[in-house]
Amino acid sequence: MSETSALNGRGTEGTTTVRDTGLQGMITLRGNLASTKLKAICKEITGQPMPKAGQAHVSGDTGLAWMSPDELLVLVPHGQAADAVARIDAALAGQHFLAVNVSDARALIAVEGAGAREVIARLCPVDMSPEAFGPGAFRRTRMAQIPAAFWMEQDGSLRVICFRSVAEYAFGLLSTAAKSPAVGFL
Amino acid sequence: MLILECPYCGVTGEETEFHGGGEAHLTRHGPGSSDDDFENYLFLRENPRGVHFERWRHVNGCGKWFHAARDTATLEVFGTYSAQTTEPPQDIKDAITAKRPGWSWREFK
Ligand SMILES: [Zn+2]
Repeated sequence: MSETSALNGRGTEGTTTVRDTGLQGMITLRGNLASTKLKAICKEITGQPMPKAGQAHVSGDTGLAWMSPDELLVLVPHGQAADAVARIDAALAGQHFLAVNVSDARALIAVEGAGAREVIARLCPVDMSPEAFGPGAFRRTRMAQIPAAFWMEQDGSLRVICFRSVAEYAFGLLSTAAKSPAVGFL
Repeated sequence: MLILECPYCGVTGEETEFHGGGEAHLTRHGPGSSDDDFENYLFLRENPRGVHFERWRHVNGCGKWFHAARDTATLEVFGTYSAQTTEPPQDIKDAITAKRPGWSWREFK
């Protein structure tokens, strides 16, 4: 288990800020998302119901995000990831599934403030208008030259996930995009 | 710019979110096949100007492979559909016919 996050708690200042959220437990869960047992163990671990396509149910550092028709991202506090994998393994024994602790292969960055939507819109080919992307929406896409995923919190801020190996690049992208003020298009 | 809708996650994205996988609906000819069949499978492609069928992967997204029917000259997309099929479904063929009456592609029309 990693003891520090890739960005080591770094953050920027301004009206729109970019901030490393620190260590976050993340589990890749592949399997039949319609399975009763799978839904039950996910609910037991996160307290959240199964998200629909393009959605994430997240509260604090716990939640579920829809990654693909057979893949879910399970968010738990960093120290609980290994235990959560063991609980999933036990609950789904006998089913065709895969649960892997990927916490230390990823980074999680918060983009907060009035221009948060525009920061993402400057980097990703995604419609970030409020009609198209609201709280609870989740999207996997391309952020400049790297794959990334993000969801919107209830307060309108965004959480961006990328691979740990490109965390430096992602932070650079986001903080540069957050420097110039929002143009107010979105 | 090509705009594609992934039939697996429902996301509509532009082409940099996807990766092209070449011509669709190839029949694999492996060991034991005739030289002609093997050559055809490996090298011979339709490469049309107009209606075309391709494989695409939602690489910066859900990761799934799917099929797309589009026009190579105009970039108009007639539809995308599941990878779990060996020929275009009827609704895709109908959508093409509505826009390009008389189209044909390999054995399909
Ligand atoms: Zn997709």
